[in-house]
Amino acid sequence: MRSKSVVTLAGVSALALYSSMAIGSKYNLPEPQSIIAKDIYDQHMMLLWICLVIFIGVFGVMFYSLLKHRKSLGYKAANFHHSTTVEIIWTVIPCIILLLMAWPATKTIIAMKDTSSPDMTIKATGYQWMWGYDYLQGEGEGISFFSKLSTPRAQIDGKEPRGENYLLEVDNHVVVPVGKKVRIIITANDVIHAWWVPALGVKQDAIPGFIRDSWFTADKPGIYRGQCAELCGKDHGYMPIVVEVMEADEYSKWAEARKASAVKTSMHIEKQ
Amino acid sequence: MAAVHGDVHGHEHDEHHPSGMMRWITTTNHKDIGSMYLWFSFAMFMVGGTLAMGIRAELFQPGIQILEPELFNQFTTLHGLIMVFGAIMPAFVGFANWQVPMMIGAPDMAFARMNNWSFWLLPVAATLLISSFFVPGGAAAGGWTFYPPLSTQGGLGVDLMIFSVHILGASSIMGSINIITTILNMRAPGMTLMKMPMFVWTWLITAYLLVLVMPVLAGVVTMLLTDRHFGTSFFNAAGGGDPVMFQHIFWFFGHPEVYIMILPAFGIVSEIIPTFSRKPLFGYSSMVYATASIAILSCVVWAHHMFTAGMPTVGQLFFMYATMLIAVPTGVKVFNWTATMWRGSMTFETPMLFAIGFIFLFVVGGFSGVICAIVPIDIQVQDTYYVIAHFHYVLVSGALFALFAGVYYWLPKWTGRMYNETLGKAHFWLSMIFFNVTFFVQHFLGLAGMPRRIPDYNIQFADFNMVSSIGAFGFGLTQLLFFYIVINCIRSGEKASQKQWDGATTLEWTHLPTPAPYHSFEKPPIIK
Amino acid sequence: MVENKAATNALMLKKLLIFTVMMFLFGYALVPFYEKFCEVTGINNLLQPDKQSKEIQVDKSRWITIEFDANIQGLPWEFKSMQSSARIHPGEPVTVMYEITNMSDREISAQAIPSYSPRFLDKYLKKFECFCFTKQVLKPKETKQMPVQFVIEPSLPAELQTMTISYTFFELPANSSVIKK
Repeated sequence: MRSKSVVTLAGVSALALYSSMAIGSKYNLPEPQSIIAKDIYDQHMMLLWICLVIFIGVFGVMFYSLLKHRKSLGYKAANFHHSTTVEIIWTVIPCIILLLMAWPATKTIIAMKDTSSPDMTIKATGYQWMWGYDYLQGEGEGISFFSKLSTPRAQIDGKEPRGENYLLEVDNHVVVPVGKKVRIIITANDVIHAWWVPALGVKQDAIPGFIRDSWFTADKPGIYRGQCAELCGKDHGYMPIVVEVMEADEYSKWAEARKASAVKTSMHIEKQ
Repeated sequence: MAAVHGDVHGHEHDEHHPSGMMRWITTTNHKDIGSMYLWFSFAMFMVGGTLAMGIRAELFQPGIQILEPELFNQFTTLHGLIMVFGAIMPAFVGFANWQVPMMIGAPDMAFARMNNWSFWLLPVAATLLISSFFVPGGAAAGGWTFYPPLSTQGGLGVDLMIFSVHILGASSIMGSINIITTILNMRAPGMTLMKMPMFVWTWLITAYLLVLVMPVLAGVVTMLLTDRHFGTSFFNAAGGGDPVMFQHIFWFFGHPEVYIMILPAFGIVSEIIPTFSRKPLFGYSSMVYATASIAILSCVVWAHHMFTAGMPTVGQLFFMYATMLIAVPTGVKVFNWTATMWRGSMTFETPMLFAIGFIFLFVVGGFSGVICAIVPIDIQVQDTYYVIAHFHYVLVSGALFALFAGVYYWLPKWTGRMYNETLGKAHFWLSMIFFNVTFFVQHFLGLAGMPRRIPDYNIQFADFNMVSSIGAFGFGLTQLLFFYIVINCIRSGEKASQKQWDGATTLEWTHLPTPAPYHSFEKPPIIK
Repeated sequence: MVENKAATNALMLKKLLIFTVMMFLFGYALVPFYEKFCEVTGINNLLQPDKQSKEIQVDKSRWITIEFDANIQGLPWEFKSMQSSARIHPGEPVTVMYEITNMSDREISAQAIPSYSPRFLDKYLKKFECFCFTKQVLKPKETKQMPVQFVIEPSLPAELQTMTISYTFFELPANSSVIKK
């Protein structure tokens, strides 16, 4: 019996250790780089704390009971089997907690959905298996390119050492200016894909034949990486997304250079 | 009803049922069929488990070593389908077959021949599903949710899967009609609905859910089939259809399906906790209402699987609130179990350990469920390992642990022999530890941004993936111990007494000898 | 007794068979039924121009931006809109030109499917003319310019300021008619 409680204790502390290792490490949501991502990060942390409190409350009671109310300790069973008051209390309290959780989430959802009045619009098109980008509106209008995985095959096969951005690097970055509201129109050319950049708090499925939209405003220059998040066939794991955020003037230079150096070699996918 | 009684009398005169294989093929006995369901689901559990081992072996370290991406996708797809439709669901039907007639004092299931038929459809469906690995193009590789247009691209394997799902659906519908009829019409005199054991209640509600949603699944796979071969455009934008419509229809089935797999688990746990606490179940009627409200709510939350598919704001808000609301009746259940244990006189045999393990880990899965229900957070974690961790906490440490608990609990009654308690406890602790090693770390992988269904990943995810794989191998091996325990119990376990668990109160323990006779309750017991 | 039972069973079988046949026929009856249903309710109206009947007031008090997007899926065409966006008042009639070019050496017919962002824009969008109402056939290397004429109703919610109208061309199998109404 002693040994059981020791094992239980060891289990619980191992879980706690895991969790403390994870908080603030690379194993949490990535450091938020947009206001929406920041909201998500904060809400997630808040929920974790709420869950932890409930967890300790419920299992504190249960484990006390498990330790004390045992037959081996000679504990005699009571014979109560219901109490309407208690049941109403433990129905109402969770409702209140849920309301507390839902309130900030509702505000964030409304903000996420507001794609109005962007500074620029970029269309992202999912292909099997790469992304195509068209700058539809705003500075850089007309730029158009494909963005493919640039990790060499030898790294995947293990013949070369894997780099830091293994499977998260592409030939052409999506470049956007810092602090500007960027509206992303997302669609697909063949099957469903999903355009996901965690640090910017954007994930949206790309539906063939239909457009969906989302938006972000990057807070800081930098390179933010994401991956396709909807199973799209064989190379689903090999179509990353890389967003490069630049200062406004650098971005202007990039856009000029890009426009000058020819347009996307138009690529047609002939059906077999 | 006349037909049913006719059958029972038939058996009275004819005690020599066929022997050997023919006994099992022609049997209409609920206990035989229940055993076949359980063995079938264990076999499928092994097949699905083997696929899982393949998946974890590939993910042991970055790079492609064992499974090429295409084959990897086939493994994940079939792992999901086999575990859901082949392992968990038939196992619960097996429990219903064994236990429902015994717990309500009925001689057998209402439709004994249909019962036989609904079981024997399963091996056919399983053969179709597994043989799809060997057809040109391989098995379906579009995930167990087989979203079009990806599943429209697949080869013959997808068609085999569609037919397999059709057959499984037919089997489930027949099984649940049988269970509903049995429960509503064949209870012993005096057993009112509100006196039924919780397990029977949860199965009654589950069976209604099955009858409601299985035809929807059959419909959606048929639409997929006609899209693939007969030129329709239900899910193809080119012909005026919409791929997202598939997701709506699929999840209208898929979300209640989740509760189909967990409600009977609630029922099993609600039998075990009072038995080993030697105290009646706390809040019986609120448990019934909670189960019913979970079932009703489960039909209006399907789109929370599709928050990233692009929905109007109002839609997202509605589905978020409705989903969060499910936490309330689920919470009520957990509180009721805790209150049942409170001031009981507990002992901790293997079934009780698994039941407590169930509550503990199911609550963790419930928390991650609430977190996933919050739309902004779901935007980040949808289709990542966070979701994988969430539903394995609900389905493995939820449904599967409850199944283990139920097997250990009723094995003495079924076989007349006791399992080895020491080994049973070892099975529990090993499962508990390895399960958490496997899946707890996956929460963090998901948060850090590892998408699901990828065969290869960035090196930042390498350490936790390795931990998870080691846990998975351990968990897989542990289940072989379970097989040994069951075989050992059947062959050479000690004799069990009629009321092996002194706290048990249901009819199979109080009114039937151990092992339960081939035909039980030919004269119904009177319930006061 | 036994004969009687056989007779009732046969009767039951007959009833069930009739029921099965009727259910099967009902499946086919659904096709015209749904067509009529969609026509009456205006659901999924992809091929019918809207009627220009009622007078639409121009709402001069606000501006909206409409972006025009063009996609092709699985066919060797080029497809683009001649202007990327328009800034207009709600209620103002708009005409936008789109251009398609067949880059291949064979005659191809294709159908354009519209999509809007936000999705409920179709409630406020009245289209009088569109190349998406019929199938388009292009000879090898042919280029064609086609207009879309529409108006956004002034009842459009005020918080909507930017919206996108998108078309995707899908290849039609050779000799097939336009997608069904």
